[in-house]
Amino acid sequence: MAHPVKPGGPFRSRKGFRFLCRAASAVTEGASRRGRAQVAAGSTLSGPDIVETVRRRWMFRHPLLIRLAHWINVVCLAILLMSGLQIFNAHPALYWGSASTFDRPFVAITNDQRDDGTPRGILYVAGQTFDTTGVLGLSNLNGQQAGRAFPSWATLPAHQDLATGRRWHFLFAWAFVINGLIYLLYGIGTGQLRRRLIPDGDQMRGFGSSIREHLTLHFPEGDEAKRYNVLQKLSYLIVVAVLLPLMVLTGLAMSPGVNAVVPLPDLFGGRQSARTVHFIVTNLLVLFVIVHVLLVLLSGVANNMRSMITGWFVIERRKLPAGSGESR
Amino acid sequence: MRPRLSLPKPHRRGFLTAAAGLLGVSALGGCERFAASPTGRRALKAGEDANMFVQRLLLTPASLAKEFPDSQISPWFKPNGTIDPPDRAYKALAARSFEGFKLRVDGLVERPQDLSLADLRALPARTQTTRHDCVEGWSAIGKWTGVPLADLLSRAKLKPEGRYVVFHCADTMDQGNTLEGGGDGEETDEAPTGNANPSMTKQSGGDESRKDSGGQQATGDDAASGGTPVRYYESIDLVDAFHPQTILAYEMNGEALPVSNGAPLRLRVERNLGYKQAKYVMRIEVVEGFAHIGGGKGGYWEDQGYAWYAGI
Repeated sequence: MAHPVKPGGPFRSRKGFRFLCRAASAVTEGASRRGRAQVAAGSTLSGPDIVETVRRRWMFRHPLLIRLAHWINVVCLAILLMSGLQIFNAHPALYWGSASTFDRPFVAITNDQRDDGTPRGILYVAGQTFDTTGVLGLSNLNGQQAGRAFPSWATLPAHQDLATGRRWHFLFAWAFVINGLIYLLYGIGTGQLRRRLIPDGDQMRGFGSSIREHLTLHFPEGDEAKRYNVLQKLSYLIVVAVLLPLMVLTGLAMSPGVNAVVPLPDLFGGRQSARTVHFIVTNLLVLFVIVHVLLVLLSGVANNMRSMITGWFVIERRKLPAGSGESR
Repeated sequence: MRPRLSLPKPHRRGFLTAAAGLLGVSALGGCERFAASPTGRRALKAGEDANMFVQRLLLTPASLAKEFPDSQISPWFKPNGTIDPPDRAYKALAARSFEGFKLRVDGLVERPQDLSLADLRALPARTQTTRHDCVEGWSAIGKWTGVPLADLLSRAKLKPEGRYVVFHCADTMDQGNTLEGGGDGEETDEAPTGNANPSMTKQSGGDESRKDSGGQQATGDDAASGGTPVRYYESIDLVDAFHPQTILAYEMNGEALPVSNGAPLRLRVERNLGYKQAKYVMRIEVVEGFAHIGGGKGGYWEDQGYAWYAGI
């Protein structure tokens, strides 16, 4: 019944995607358990005694440094986001170009009065006005309506305090950059980044089916679960190689001191453009985190969390007895 | 067979979810409490200290702020902070087009100076079209003409122990800044106040009672209750003081500097944020340190918790 795999042996998948696998185990479970009965019952084999073997292969997926970098990054990005919204609140409008065109912002979060005189919060984007009362422009602060762009629950500190918001932002910007550099050096040096983030040739060909799998919430199992799928790789690649570096560059582009050394704003079409890009990329990162967390929850939260905390990830593959071979 | 984790899955999942939730909720409150403690304040400042350390490592006297063509001058250079000093002495000067104005240069100098606007205009001038970056986030481009600060300091001849240049301004801040909170910062300039930071605005030293002021959006005017009137002041070190783009401007966009933008003289210390660009400069004092001035942090906004180094 059990299919022990020699402990200590490195596991190499047929795609050459290599993880250290110190141990693997096989667990036999009755067909009646956990809904797998349907799988068996639906197959040509039938009868009360059918037993499905589920091999649980333990795979050491995330090295310590990557796990550490991941969680440090979680803290950094959370604080950078919230202190960033605090800073944004000091002048809640965005422009394109070198200087601000105060009467013609690209985005503005402010408040005005409705026809009946009651205040409302508004989000203005490129000519469109949206009523965002309660969240943007006008929100609750200690039981009172307050005119502020982002609500107090989203900013650090909660009350309006630009000076302290900047301190949080700079301190964790340094932590983020140092953590990111260590991650990149390690990832490039060990080849982890290439294996993790660059899609393999066969994966690019399976691009369409990967989209279909995501939309129907079917996640790879067995050998395919050993490597990140193509959409996963590409989104991580965009975050690591494009969005996060863009945050650093647009952030530095807003510094008049840095500008005197490197004319960074010119890369983005001016300082105000850089500030706008900084804000847009923030939104893209928030979107990424939402999808990322959602997929972690949907594709086996315990397994995913364990692998990012301890490094160990379980790959399950089902095997039917009587020589039917590995299914899936 | 490898021993399995002893917790059954549902428990493990519940535990993780609960732990993550608890962590998230407590982390936020913890952040703010930490930031309010003395250790927390020191620790938080480390990022800004690193900013200055690294920028000073990279910047040379030859690193210039970008200068723009005149075609890019902002049609409206947003006046911020004080836009009309309430002080009687200043109003009297302004009423006579600053005819009786004398810029005093003193402190740790061999030859203290008193210079009228005419004296200043007679000195070699520098004109530069630069971008003004407010700490709040907005920018405006203006063309400035004025006397290089390096020339003035050379005339006055620094004593060897002089380390900082302090700019004493005419505008009294606690009358000038009781603005309503919650706007979008239209009214103010150098000053990061405007929009919205009345509670922060009035905290002397940026140290006390941050917690108390937390949450007061539109009130927060506790200064009237306590402190003596404070005038705007700023300080820079000799690296910035002798930078070629550091000038005392008497002209903006080719015309006499308007009152709203700091007449008769304002500092332009490019490569720095707006709050360093002191307006209504009346006196320049060379000092060894600024601990004895104002709140001791080297500037009006610095005393409210803003970084002394304003290069970012």
